[in-house]
Amino acid sequence: MIELEGVSYSYGGGDLLREIDLTLAPGSFHFLTGPSGAGKTTLLRLCYAALRPTAGRIGLFGRDLAQMDRDGVARARRRIGVVHQDCQFLDHLPVAENVALPVAVSETGRTADAENLAELLAWVGLSARAQALPPELSGGERQRAALARAVIMSPDVILADEPTGNVDWEMSQRLMQLLIELNRLGKAVLLATHDLALIRATKPHVQARVLRIADRRLSVAGAEL
Amino acid sequence: MLPAFLAGDAQAARVVPPTGFTAWLTVFTSAAMAFLAVFALALSFSAGRLADRWGEALARTATLRISAPDGQMAEQTEAALRILEQTPGVASARALTDEEQRTLLAPWLGPDLPVERLPIPRLIEIVETDEGFDVQGLRLRLAAEVPGAVLDDHTRWRRPLVRAADRLRALGWASIGLIGGAVAAMITLAAQAALAANVQVIGVLRLVGARDRYIAQAFTRRFTLRALGGATLGTAAGMGAVALLPQEGADGFLTALGLLGAEWAVPLAVPPLAGAVAWAATGLAARRTLRGLD
Repeated sequence: MIELEGVSYSYGGGDLLREIDLTLAPGSFHFLTGPSGAGKTTLLRLCYAALRPTAGRIGLFGRDLAQMDRDGVARARRRIGVVHQDCQFLDHLPVAENVALPVAVSETGRTADAENLAELLAWVGLSARAQALPPELSGGERQRAALARAVIMSPDVILADEPTGNVDWEMSQRLMQLLIELNRLGKAVLLATHDLALIRATKPHVQARVLRIADRRLSVAGAEL
Repeated sequence: MLPAFLAGDAQAARVVPPTGFTAWLTVFTSAAMAFLAVFALALSFSAGRLADRWGEALARTATLRISAPDGQMAEQTEAALRILEQTPGVASARALTDEEQRTLLAPWLGPDLPVERLPIPRLIEIVETDEGFDVQGLRLRLAAEVPGAVLDDHTRWRRPLVRAADRLRALGWASIGLIGGAVAAMITLAAQAALAANVQVIGVLRLVGARDRYIAQAFTRRFTLRALGGATLGTAAGMGAVALLPQEGADGFLTALGLLGAEWAVPLAVPPLAGAVAWAATGLAARRTLRGLD
């Protein structure tokens, strides 16, 4: 669904990523790890076309990104659920409307079904916070709301950037459980984290590959993970 | 299409946070410019009426005034008429009757003026052809053959006035064009400020799959409605102010400044035009801003 072939990305004259090959197939689960500043977020941003590669090719759902116009990219993003490190909400809209935002902007004439929305909010444990504004939420609540928004369109791919970065261990386990459930439904998951303990705790419950970015290159992590 | 645009997508309208400053700036600018546009329209229509009136009343006419002693008046009048008949460029010439002269003088000297007993000059009305006549040549010939004749070529001194009125009318329309441009510029600035202030909002919308068209429409609709609302207020205030202008003695320019009859319908086009200008300006600004974002 998402393919990166020999992708490099440079910024300000220096390479941030070099010759990356990665395929996110249906039902796959990848952890992406590496030290802070290694380029995990950059790689995720390349995957949902927020950045264009300076070399190599990116394929999104069978189409070459280089050949896609802005509308094409927007349509591809509707099939990708993104959980950002800083969540990114519209702070003037309540949580329920933020979660339903991908449906509203899809221009399909659909609106988020109230029952399904309530179910989704219950699934991420935010029923009681549906009418709260994003700045009123705790870090964990924001992460869960971002996850709910990422999956409301039933996307084919979920990209999560440090989704457990702001939450305690118990909450991070709950979030991981949600991602595993989605993966079992056939969604491809790419989860960037530097939390190795989280990876070790999750691996027994899901068939996942652990990738590591180091020295601007992507490799499969060692046996310790 | 327009009602659908104005009714809009309630959700799309909500994704743009309310921005007090740019909202008031747009409404105020549109109202002020619409108010000025109504005055420019009134100016233009009034100048047009004035130019038409002067143009029609004085088109290709001149007056010959003959002052002669009692016994020579008829003779000099006949000689002048004969010369005028022979002058190329003169379409017709006729001496005003005593009755017509009495009517002309009545406003100053009263209706019972004994014209026939007073040494009042005889007036000859001259109508020129399109080509006109040689004024200097006619004056020289009259001086030689009709010593009591004075040619008053009023077309020539009124023509600059007609030209000035025409220019005033053009100036009015140019003002309306400039006002439209100023509205577009102000709304573009306000829209760009709103877009710049909402880059994070736009980023979130792009992240969740919104197309540029959807995002641009959310901003465009908001600014169009603000401009429409402001211009409606400004137009109503402008029309009210024009209606209150004094209208006595409509011959003078200042006292004739205003709108007449069907002209009152023209300012009603100002609000939709302001909305259209806002729609185009915001759409352009939004597309330009969005192209610069990932």
